[in-house]
Amino acid sequence: MDWHILAQQLVNGLTLGSIYGLIAIGYTMVYGIVGMINFAHGDVYMISAYVTAICLAVLFSFGIDSLPFALLVTLAVTMLITAAYGWTIERVAYRPLRGAPRLAPLISAIGMSLVLQNGVQLSQGAKTQGVPSLIPATLRFGEGNDFVQITLVQLMIIVVSLTSMAALTWLIQRTSLGRQCRATQQDRRMAAILGINTDRIISTVFVIGAAMAAIAGVLVTLNYGSFDFYIGFVTGIKAFTAAVLGGIGSLPGAMLGGLILGLSEALFSGMVNTDYKDVFAFSLLVLVLIFRPTGLLGKPEVEKV
Amino acid sequence: MPFTTALPATTGVRWTLVFRQAVLEATAAFALALLLLGPIVGLVLDGYEVKNELQRPLLIAAIIAIGRFLVALAMHTPAGQAMLERFNARRRQPGVLVVSIPESNRQRWWLLVIIALALSLPFLASKYWLTVLIQAMIYVLLGLGLNIVVGLAGLLDLGYVAFYAVGAYGLALGAQYLDLGFWSALPLAAMLAALFGCILGFPVLRMHGDYLAIVTLGFGEIIRLVLNNWLEFTGGPNGVAAPAPQLFGLEFTRTAKEGGVPFHEYFQIAYDPTHRFIFIYLALFLIVCLMVVVVTRLRNMPVGRAWEALREDEIACRALGINHVLVKLSAFMMGATVGGIAGVFFATYQGFINPTSFNFFESALIVAIVVLGGLGSTTGVIVAAVVLTILPELLRAFADYRVFTFGVLMVLMMIWRPRGLIRPRRRAFEVKGLCP
Amino acid sequence: MTIDPIHPPILEVAGLTMRFGGILALNDISFEVKQGSISALIGPNGAGKTTVFNCLTGFYKATEGQIVLHTPRAAIDLINILGQPFRASDFINPAAFADRLYYKMFGGTHRVTRAGIARTFQNVRLFKEMTAIENLLVAQHLQLNRHLMAGLLQTAAYRQSERDALERAYAWLKVFGLAEDANRLAGELPYGHQRRLEIARAMCTGPRLLCLDEPAAGLNPRETAELSELIRRLRDEHEVTILLIEHDMGLVMGLSEHIVVLDYGEVIADGDPRTVAHHPAVLAAYLGTEAVNDDES
Repeated sequence: MDWHILAQQLVNGLTLGSIYGLIAIGYTMVYGIVGMINFAHGDVYMISAYVTAICLAVLFSFGIDSLPFALLVTLAVTMLITAAYGWTIERVAYRPLRGAPRLAPLISAIGMSLVLQNGVQLSQGAKTQGVPSLIPATLRFGEGNDFVQITLVQLMIIVVSLTSMAALTWLIQRTSLGRQCRATQQDRRMAAILGINTDRIISTVFVIGAAMAAIAGVLVTLNYGSFDFYIGFVTGIKAFTAAVLGGIGSLPGAMLGGLILGLSEALFSGMVNTDYKDVFAFSLLVLVLIFRPTGLLGKPEVEKV
Repeated sequence: MPFTTALPATTGVRWTLVFRQAVLEATAAFALALLLLGPIVGLVLDGYEVKNELQRPLLIAAIIAIGRFLVALAMHTPAGQAMLERFNARRRQPGVLVVSIPESNRQRWWLLVIIALALSLPFLASKYWLTVLIQAMIYVLLGLGLNIVVGLAGLLDLGYVAFYAVGAYGLALGAQYLDLGFWSALPLAAMLAALFGCILGFPVLRMHGDYLAIVTLGFGEIIRLVLNNWLEFTGGPNGVAAPAPQLFGLEFTRTAKEGGVPFHEYFQIAYDPTHRFIFIYLALFLIVCLMVVVVTRLRNMPVGRAWEALREDEIACRALGINHVLVKLSAFMMGATVGGIAGVFFATYQGFINPTSFNFFESALIVAIVVLGGLGSTTGVIVAAVVLTILPELLRAFADYRVFTFGVLMVLMMIWRPRGLIRPRRRAFEVKGLCP
Repeated sequence: MTIDPIHPPILEVAGLTMRFGGILALNDISFEVKQGSISALIGPNGAGKTTVFNCLTGFYKATEGQIVLHTPRAAIDLINILGQPFRASDFINPAAFADRLYYKMFGGTHRVTRAGIARTFQNVRLFKEMTAIENLLVAQHLQLNRHLMAGLLQTAAYRQSERDALERAYAWLKVFGLAEDANRLAGELPYGHQRRLEIARAMCTGPRLLCLDEPAAGLNPRETAELSELIRRLRDEHEVTILLIEHDMGLVMGLSEHIVVLDYGEVIADGDPRTVAHHPAVLAAYLGTEAVNDDES
């Protein structure tokens, strides 16, 4: 294999991995705080892709031609609406079920996921949707047929993901809200006794996770340009794989897991087979769970007896 | 006595307060609904443009707001309070009823009526309704199988359709490559499904329950992708043909294709394509009845008790010397086997299968059947499977809303009655000198 | 360590050490429990009592040390049967590899119970939505006819095995005074009954050593007295050795013949109740160092 193909796959993998990392944050934070997988999270990401396309279309129909402005507005609107979805999911499918049998919230989240997928399918149609290619600029290294190219959007994805990751880390580590989140994660009852409104914190975590997924949704839509109502399913499982790989409950772990998964998936599809890249990712999930269930950066779970 | 708490329902001043509160809540609900639904439902993507359909979210948001308003008002009336009280009381009360044996014996004759009805139905139904009935039976079988895994053992399996696919492809590919007939493929495909269950379950069942859900979800998708991509072996998206069943070498075709004698010639009756479906239906019905007996006995066997105990408290089970991995694995494999059998019947009834029949929605539908049936109740699962298959046929116009409705029902069920519509029962044991 | 021929130890703990991340929860714990005795493990909150229990009963894998259970047939190394990680030497020695692989695949907490240790939990862990008698039937799992076909075909042998189990379960309910509750859901029983049912369930596994984690927690004085009587009867009539954790000093001092005191993950005293009660380190641990010093001066 030539170096440039390898390098190209690395660039693609890095981009893909940043996206997985952003979505994985939602899984890992929610799992950390309520100890449950948010099965509807992948669909939240799917919603954000639709909102992005709709918002861009509306802005262009109003004749706004400043691209940076349009992108910023789209990002803001998408994050707002997607965050509202995250809040609603928590409010409807999780909060009424505090203290219910363990299976109940999982099932209601699956129900939520079906509602979102089918709801979007019903209102937007089943066909694949898309946005025009807005930022065609690419950087190219190399000459003739041997080149590596990185599009501006790919660069944006990597930069924006790292920035939002850093911002989120700051939020969790340095602010009062972050402290409350961490306290609730460690011991919900004790946090409540100390006067933290744990219901509000759990909502906040769902909202943050959804907002991160929204950033991923905007970036992916700009990069790939096409999506349908089913994208949340596969991407959701992969992002969850990333969260498990990095160690569920750990924020840097989510990003690290995302990058590793993205890179290995890109290398696999570049070197072995594209058809089986999803099979590869899912198999990776099973293997990680077997050999290192705590992930790379996760803490070993001490069973409470 | 239920209204001892000071309710604001008595004086006019408080009513204005209540009213203002209700208006506030309704406005909030309206705003949220508009935010959520506005773009997704109201602005429909059409190429790179959007079509304005904003009346739809406005209408839905208005309905939600009015509903919220009325609920908020109703909650402050004595009747509303009483209803809330009943609702909460029901959630607090133990969900399980302990029944002594004579009482459950009383249901026996009902069973006979149902069996007689089920046996006579295929001879009365048209070909179309016959296929619907077969479908319903397949879902009953799938529901019973998944009920062992989810309802009894408490393991959420979201990739159950994978075992269904293994069974279906086991028959089709077995016939194609190994020249297996229906009846020889049936046990082999079931065993193959069990083997898959074992390979997947053994490593994963050691872990926290939620991981199982996501791993099975991934596994279901892996199976579908492999079936779709492995063109040389499975035919990929084009699918494969599956053989029809035979009755002691008699074929249900107009002319003998596989070297046997056609059924109608042997009995010297006119050829009727529904014979095949009637036969499949009856065979399926037999299997379902067998399955009901098996599940009922399993529940009172040591392994069934261990499943339920594991669902209740895994740590306590381990402290009692129960190997939790193997016991869970037995439930998982048992469920996989039943899924495989259902798959074989599906393939033979369709005559032709491709990977689109085995997507996530199918898994979700089976989970919905088990959930609506009440997680663990055999009767509930059967009723839910029949209703969920036949209802969409009756309400063709709403076919598109099927998955949506299932999703809503799953959420509502979990909030309203997490134990299902039918209250679960447990058998009471009679011990000498104990029961009066 | 000399072995008393009349009262041989049933359980030997040597050098038990447990680390959680950087925290040293147990540090070099050694003690033994004599066959047929009632022994107690006491110590202030956070001393590591429950951690010791969890190591003994196989819920935690000890970082270092040895736990050996003596049964009439053999001495069982409880740490080995939990399944340990592979070592480099295993890849040269196939027998050791096979052994470790076997226990890694099929070993675990349940093996400890099968070896003869049963336990109860600090916060009662019953199968709440199963009846009391079913709770006891689950506990007899290993003694029953578990053959799938036998059960599905309801063979005579299977039915006999089920009848025997039911009788045994009922007999235990009677011992614990719970016969009236046989067909009630375990979760609906009064708290005191739940506590007793949990001990009955542990007894159904046929243990040689019964570990009770704070059996009297939440019981009123009358119930505690009854429990004390019950524990003594279990030991006298059912040939079981008892090891308990308890905060109720009245119960511990009155009941146990041997007491091990833990503090900060270390054994600070070990002996009969009188010796322990007057041990300076124990007084210091329970009353604070200053109090003891004041006493002495």
